[in-house]
Amino acid sequence: MMQQPTTHARPYRTAEPDRDMATETNGIKFRTKDVKAWYGDNQVLHDVCMGIEEKEVTAIIGPSGCGKSTFIRCLNRMHEMITNARVTGAIELEGQDIYDPAIDPVLLRRRVGMVFQKPNPFPTMSIRDNVLAGLTLTRSKKRDQGDAIVEKALKQAALWDEVRDKLDARGLSLSGGQQQRLCIARALAVEPEVLLMDEPCSALDPIATARIEDLLHDLRDRYTIVIVTHNMQQAARVSQKTAFFLQGELVEVDETNTLFTSPQDKRTEDYITGKFG
Amino acid sequence: MNQHTARDYEQELQNIRGALLEMAGRVEEMIADSGRALLERDVNLAKQTIATDQQVNRAEVEIDEACLLILAKRQPMASDLRFVTLVMKMVTDLERIADLAVNICERTLDLANAKVIVHASIPTMSDRTQNMVHLAIEAFVEQDEAKAKEVIALDDKVDELYHQVFEDLLVQMHKEPELLHDWIHVQSVAKWLERMADHTTNLAEMVIFMVAGHDIRHPHVQKARAAESG
Repeated sequence: MMQQPTTHARPYRTAEPDRDMATETNGIKFRTKDVKAWYGDNQVLHDVCMGIEEKEVTAIIGPSGCGKSTFIRCLNRMHEMITNARVTGAIELEGQDIYDPAIDPVLLRRRVGMVFQKPNPFPTMSIRDNVLAGLTLTRSKKRDQGDAIVEKALKQAALWDEVRDKLDARGLSLSGGQQQRLCIARALAVEPEVLLMDEPCSALDPIATARIEDLLHDLRDRYTIVIVTHNMQQAARVSQKTAFFLQGELVEVDETNTLFTSPQDKRTEDYITGKFG
Repeated sequence: MNQHTARDYEQELQNIRGALLEMAGRVEEMIADSGRALLERDVNLAKQTIATDQQVNRAEVEIDEACLLILAKRQPMASDLRFVTLVMKMVTDLERIADLAVNICERTLDLANAKVIVHASIPTMSDRTQNMVHLAIEAFVEQDEAKAKEVIALDDKVDELYHQVFEDLLVQMHKEPELLHDWIHVQSVAKWLERMADHTTNLAEMVIFMVAGHDIRHPHVQKARAAESG
């Protein structure tokens, strides 16, 4: 069972110690405070306090099992969907606690979309219906504007030119890289504010990866993007901020250019230079 | 210090470090030998030193190539990235220092039978410059920021000596205009030693960046950039 986050009576403190987390959201899309997460008795996140800048790409790196995927799954309340998983602490989206009982998780996930490691188009649906699936699930009235939405989302996902003549073909007929861009189009169709990406290129070849990275470059002016990646060069290429997680702790978060050239924490240095374990 | 999980990578970095140290040692010797050749008008030593430059040139090419391969194959990060990119810059400065030692040796050949005497401060400049290279490389090996800063401070002493030599040589040129050609050769030697010290200062600045991660070159530029970025 998911445990509701604790309510803090006093103003929260984050990495920016002079700011009041509860009242100031200037430029910060997400603020997390003392986020802890468990799978059963296994605690996988320990007191993560982090601000995520609006309309930037934030990369999250760290070794397997460090909690990076769990962390982003907490950002749109997907963590709680796993049996015996729970989370405590506070996560605010533009100053609003996303674990407030009044928040509808389905509507939250419209604002905070997610793209997964393995492309997962709905196998029986056409390309068009895949793009519109999110709107259907959330019963959006915009469903009526289907064609325009499909075209816009596919263009944003840099897939339109490749599929415009076969929108009724099955999503699974596309290549792996195209399928992943279809999933991104599906996520964009509901016009989210934040896009969470959990190793979106790990199943793709270098060319398909380059297309996704190009896409991230195009999208970052309009969306807040958080990408989990094992590929440090990818993190260095696509993000403005990078956070390093280790054993469930946020070790360091900094400008990407700084973190990959002169990290402050020796654990970060050891990880990114390959001196780990 | 922890070693890299990939042993080949660790070995590649160690190989580059070893090759750089060997190159630096050779350059130190060239400074010492060029100074001694000039002072003792030792034409053979001058010629040997000129020939040694080929080894330094070869080291520059091979170290650059090894660094390029590491950049392509390993995509180094953080201190490794600073190490590899700075080694590429350091070999350029070391190679330039060796070229300047060659210049001194060539002037030694020109001055072999000249009547002019080498200014008394020139051997001192040569010793100090050689010492600066030695200290800079020690700072590199020991990752010692303080030692690198010591090198930068020593450059001022070499500059002072150069200005003194320059003034003294001007007087000599006025006194003995018929030897002007030879005095200009001597002045050139002093200038090249001063340039060697400048290149060595570059080495020390790179060591500081490698060790501490902050770039201390051109403070006014750094300040202007900081002001621009707010």
